[in-house]
Amino acid sequence: MIKQSLQRNWKSLVVFVPYFWLLIFFLAPFFIVLKISLSEATIASPPFLPMTEWVDEGVMNIKLVFDNFLYLWEDDLYFNTYLNSIKISSISTIFCLLIGYPMAYAIVRADETQKNILLMMIILPFWTSFLLRVYAWMGLLADQGTINDLLIALGIIDQPIRLLYTQFAVYVGIVYTYLPFMILPLYANMEKLDWELLEAAADLGAKPAVTFITVTLPMTIPGVIAGGLLVFIPATGEYVIPDMLGGGNVLMIGRILYNEFNSNIDWPVASAVAIALLLVLVLPMMLYQHVQAKESEAK
Amino acid sequence: MNNGKRSRFLFTVTCFGMAFLYIPMIMLIVYSFNYSKIVPVWGGFSTRWYTVLFESEVVWKSVILSLKVATVNAFFATIIGTLAGLALVRFGRFKGRTLFSGMITAPLVMPEVITGLSLLLMFITLKELFGWPDKRGFTTITIAHITFSMAFVAVIIQSRLAGMAQDLEEAAQDLGAKPFRVLTDITLPLLAPGMLAGWLLAFTMSLDDLIIASFVSGPGAVTLPMLIYSRVRVGLRPDINALATIIILVVATGVLIAAWIMFRQQKQRQLELQMSDED
Repeated sequence: MIKQSLQRNWKSLVVFVPYFWLLIFFLAPFFIVLKISLSEATIASPPFLPMTEWVDEGVMNIKLVFDNFLYLWEDDLYFNTYLNSIKISSISTIFCLLIGYPMAYAIVRADETQKNILLMMIILPFWTSFLLRVYAWMGLLADQGTINDLLIALGIIDQPIRLLYTQFAVYVGIVYTYLPFMILPLYANMEKLDWELLEAAADLGAKPAVTFITVTLPMTIPGVIAGGLLVFIPATGEYVIPDMLGGGNVLMIGRILYNEFNSNIDWPVASAVAIALLLVLVLPMMLYQHVQAKESEAK
Repeated sequence: MNNGKRSRFLFTVTCFGMAFLYIPMIMLIVYSFNYSKIVPVWGGFSTRWYTVLFESEVVWKSVILSLKVATVNAFFATIIGTLAGLALVRFGRFKGRTLFSGMITAPLVMPEVITGLSLLLMFITLKELFGWPDKRGFTTITIAHITFSMAFVAVIIQSRLAGMAQDLEEAAQDLGAKPFRVLTDITLPLLAPGMLAGWLLAFTMSLDDLIIASFVSGPGAVTLPMLIYSRVRVGLRPDINALATIIILVVATGVLIAAWIMFRQQKQRQLELQMSDED
């Protein structure tokens, strides 16, 4: 009986289980965040006022409060923090690209054994704890840390320079942890390229720099976009790296959200910060989705 | 730029990049054997921080919680993620497919603070409405982890299915197998390596997650990343270096073994292909 109905309806079951899960635990939560961002804060549990109240029999009063968003817009702290987050993640993305592009290129052009080893070396840090990799930089950048010790021993400086808890440390941390996210999509893209085209260009007498700009670069644009977005989007909302390496000096939106929620217990403002962050990232996210869809069609 | 110059440039950048990726981890390991309590000041070789670590009950408790969450998460994420991948690649168009594929891609890039906050608010709302989950901890962390790791599993399965030749499935169908038989007897066995890769990814991602777990956890439920974070926020700690060394070595061994197995399978397949070509 069960077996028969399973055989008949398995297709809808295959779709239904993941669909239902994502609707409940991924999509619905966003609407709750949206709802709370439009509510008024209060000192109670939960710390916000209900949006709807029954006035008379059958008459429901819906109250939308846009104060939280107005507050974000008017307060310079929030506005500057958004700008600063976007600035930090854009510059980090560019550095990831500058280091990652030649590395991906080198891996694609390496012979089979070297290629496997190099890929392995890129993937390995990807599997080890993110938190511990950020922590490792605390040891390198500290006042008494490895880098300062080395510079003093070499006689380049005689006083330790402040590296940890600066904007610089945040850049290093983001580029370090997100570099594999840049290299892997670039590699995947370059691996499928038609290298004979490049050789043809060279045979026809094109200079390597010309070949690169007119042939190689345009062909790798999808990889650059995918890698760039995989770095830019999560880095903009980053919390751990600015908190551990930036100390109190570097304001990023992920930190504000976390603190607003956990220290200030202002849920409506925290939710408004989350919605605003999502608005900033929704275009890059849709672009990523578009690039992915195109890639899978190309297969 | 001629060929020699170009390859020298590529070689230099690659070496620099690899050094950049590996030196921090090597230093982390070196300093875990430091006798001194102040991490960056060398005070002689010692394994005393490993003893401190193994004697700490709090550390063990968090390791066990993290492993429990990671195992249950990987199990369910692999099942649900595989179903999602199958639906996306093999079912053509169905109602709500655009929304579905959007919900699969979004968790891949969603900032963790947003996922964490929204899931916590969801759990609180569910509790108000249905009285469940009455306590936040193991269950809520696991549900949160399944939600983002299933998306990664789905992507792996999707790319495997897209790259898989369909001739075996078509042959089975031509021989009269019902679609469900084809799925269980042909497609799923062929997908097994992809599912294993998905399981491993889901497992490590769960072990690695700090932010989402911090949001959806409740009093008393402290995962390993949460414990590490609460200790290193204020500064360097030699016992954390020891813990990091153990984690890095375990992961490196696991990844190398997995890579070796895959490498051998690849060789085997190439050999078989060559043989069949010669026939």
